[in-house]
Amino acid sequence: MLTKIVRTVANQLILFIVIFGLYVIVHGHITPGGGFQGGAVVVSGIVMLLVVFGSQDLKKSLRERVLSITESSGALMFIILAFIGIGVVFFYNFLLGTPIFGRIPDFGSGPGDIWTGGVIPLMNIAVGIKVIAGLSAVVLALALFSGGEEVEE
Amino acid sequence: MRQVTGWIVLIVLVVFLIWSVMLIHPFGYPDVSDMDDYIIENSQEETGSNNVVAAVLFDYRGLDTLGEATILFTAVTGVLLLLRASKRKEETS
Repeated sequence: MLTKIVRTVANQLILFIVIFGLYVIVHGHITPGGGFQGGAVVVSGIVMLLVVFGSQDLKKSLRERVLSITESSGALMFIILAFIGIGVVFFYNFLLGTPIFGRIPDFGSGPGDIWTGGVIPLMNIAVGIKVIAGLSAVVLALALFSGGEEVEE
Repeated sequence: MRQVTGWIVLIVLVVFLIWSVMLIHPFGYPDVSDMDDYIIENSQEETGSNNVVAAVLFDYRGLDTLGEATILFTAVTGVLLLLRASKRKEETS
């Protein structure tokens, strides 16, 4: 637990960090980034919370078991998305041409349309869920179980 | 004696590393660029994604990304398993 100034600033900042991370995940098929990168950004915000508020406080809201289950479901979602297209080939982009994420952009650089990309945005979201939950579980486990004593300010 | 050997090994290593860096293939001019040209020309039409890197990661080389996700899963499982086991041992002893 750090001082009140740090806690207040972290409280304001966490919202922007999480929103930026989710933006990078959801726009992975248009702008640079994707599930891994955006997930790492969100987890950096969680690490900031961990540093500022201490692991004992964060333990109440972030359950390690729940994080573990979330990570597994993200991985399952990724594999199921890959398996749906197995009628043609593993990892077939079956959503292309349908109304959901099915539009095809013009050749060359363009402003970008969120409803393009077929299964790529969905896979980005699945990988993002997986990375957020997995890395937070690791960081939380390291903070809780490593045996280090909490530094009292 | 050991110091002299160390210096000789160091000098040989440095010479070889600098030599190999000077002989390295020029960056950005591949010998065979058929694959790159194909992906740059066709990825927007075939995958509908403006971001060619995302198209390669999640469509053309989706299996690679599955492996990456598996690596992350294994890492998380290993860390949780190890740290939980050490915690349990502390509690019982």
